[in-house]
Amino acid sequence: MIDPQSIPIDKIDVSALELWRENRHLPLFERLRREDPVHWCAESMFGPYWSITRFDDILAVDTNHQAFSSEAELGGIAILDARQDLRLPMFIAMDPPKHDAQRKVVSPIVAPASLADFEPIIRERAGRILDALPRGETFDWVDRVSIELTTQMLATLFDFPFEDRRKLTYWSDVATVIPQPGAIVETDDEKVAVLMECLREFTTLLLDRAAAPPKNDLISMLAHGQATQNMPPEEFLGNIVLLIVGGNDTTRNSITGSLLALSENPEQFAKLRADPSLIPSMVSETIRWQTPLAHMRRTATQDVELGGKTIRKGDKVVMWYISGNRDETAIDQPDRYIIDRERPRHHLSFGFGVHRCVGNRLAEMQLRIVWEEILGRFPRIEIMGDPLRVNSCFVRGYESLPVRIPA
Amino acid sequence: MSRVTFISPNGAMTIIEVPAGQSLMQAAVARGLPGIDADCGGACACATCHVFVDPAWMGRIGLAGGMEQSMLGFAEGAAPNSRLACQIKMSDGLDGLVVRLPEAQH
Ligand code: HEM
Ligand code: FES
Repeated sequence: MIDPQSIPIDKIDVSALELWRENRHLPLFERLRREDPVHWCAESMFGPYWSITRFDDILAVDTNHQAFSSEAELGGIAILDARQDLRLPMFIAMDPPKHDAQRKVVSPIVAPASLADFEPIIRERAGRILDALPRGETFDWVDRVSIELTTQMLATLFDFPFEDRRKLTYWSDVATVIPQPGAIVETDDEKVAVLMECLREFTTLLLDRAAAPPKNDLISMLAHGQATQNMPPEEFLGNIVLLIVGGNDTTRNSITGSLLALSENPEQFAKLRADPSLIPSMVSETIRWQTPLAHMRRTATQDVELGGKTIRKGDKVVMWYISGNRDETAIDQPDRYIIDRERPRHHLSFGFGVHRCVGNRLAEMQLRIVWEEILGRFPRIEIMGDPLRVNSCFVRGYESLPVRIPA
Repeated sequence: MSRVTFISPNGAMTIIEVPAGQSLMQAAVARGLPGIDADCGGACACATCHVFVDPAWMGRIGLAGGMEQSMLGFAEGAAPNSRLACQIKMSDGLDGLVVRLPEAQH
């Protein structure tokens, strides 16, 4: 096992998967922020890469898209290089100006004004899921609540066939997993096959919606939107898949993460119960605390000086949001979970700059509704064991969390 | 000190005294004005401090710069008189400025 304090600095590889499964990454990041905030790792399972670990440096990289590209052809947005043969065009992995044009199409769909229409139905469905939970017996919060809620919310937003909704979860999981033995898909080829299946189903839906009169769901909005009418089918689909993947496990893991964080900090939970108007700031604090996407990656398009180091053209640059969110030069008492902190939205979890999460208000709304409904129903939720963590340095999440609601 | 009037979507007016050199965003946040989120803290990187500058003042305030324009491009309902409040530095010439807040920051 690695001792975070004694390992030579140039041997640190924060991408090592066991660190994430065992939740041991934070001490290494703390050391990097202190001793070598812009850090070169020469060897890892993902090849050589730079780690950017301080809040302000991350902001500098995130807002400099000229020098730090998201382009899929250069490797894309995650530490694992994007495979060129299973690429759908998605604006998250494009640079301006192409990125900007496509983002503008999707943005109004997930803007606060459009979301307000969805609120009553999301609330009603959330209520039904919570009412159906067992009392006095241990169950898996991830499966029964986080996945079910997120999936139903996505199915609602897309008006996806409700009985097939778990397909959304499955596709999203497959789209983000690193294929390896024991994982949900074990090889690249398997992954491609599943994604192709997803594409086929959405093509059918897209054509149906395009032929029907416009209605209030994301697929229909894309099918009928002025700006989307001339978009090639591939790009339609890229956008839809991006919305599913972007909105799925991030939100799911924030739902689990909020219950865990509140349970580990009972005085904060008590504060929330005493004053439910703190729900919105609790939600933002949870999203900081959880950092559902631990990093985003860029590729340098030119030589750049940063933190006294020279990043070379072509280098892989990883912005560790999870580290920046614990940087005490930017966030007061960052290692404490404080649901009523000042300026709770001042965190890196949604990124900054032109790629800043377009679904951020949607995610916040979903979490707010869920917690409004939980607080009204359950005076106690007991954690019955340790969570099982996702084996990834990209998606920071949970496979399972055993809980019990007293009878 | 210069006085700036913020008009919220429902028409409510808030007058804030802004010291020279401070940004409009900083003054609004210090006052706890609802409707200016300023998630990035003034780095021109989130567009949640979007305001509409009263057309009469556009000549003196000027148009958004390059990065600011990119960010504003994604803000809901952005218009030619849209600016990011963190990018407007207060000076004596701006005493009496009037800005309107959007329905929501996104
Ligand atoms: C707590 C939940 C969420 C977190 C932590 C999160 C995180 C992020 C991050 C870090 C980025 C920046 C990517 C980059 O800079 O390369 C991003 C972009 C994006 N997110 Fe989210 N996200 C969340 C929820 C959602 C939801 C609910 C949606 C669905 C609408 C969504 C859709 C997107 C899209 C489409 C982009 C691409 C934006 C662009 O490239 O311009 N996200 N998200
Ligand atoms: S505060 Fe973020 S852009 Fe102005």
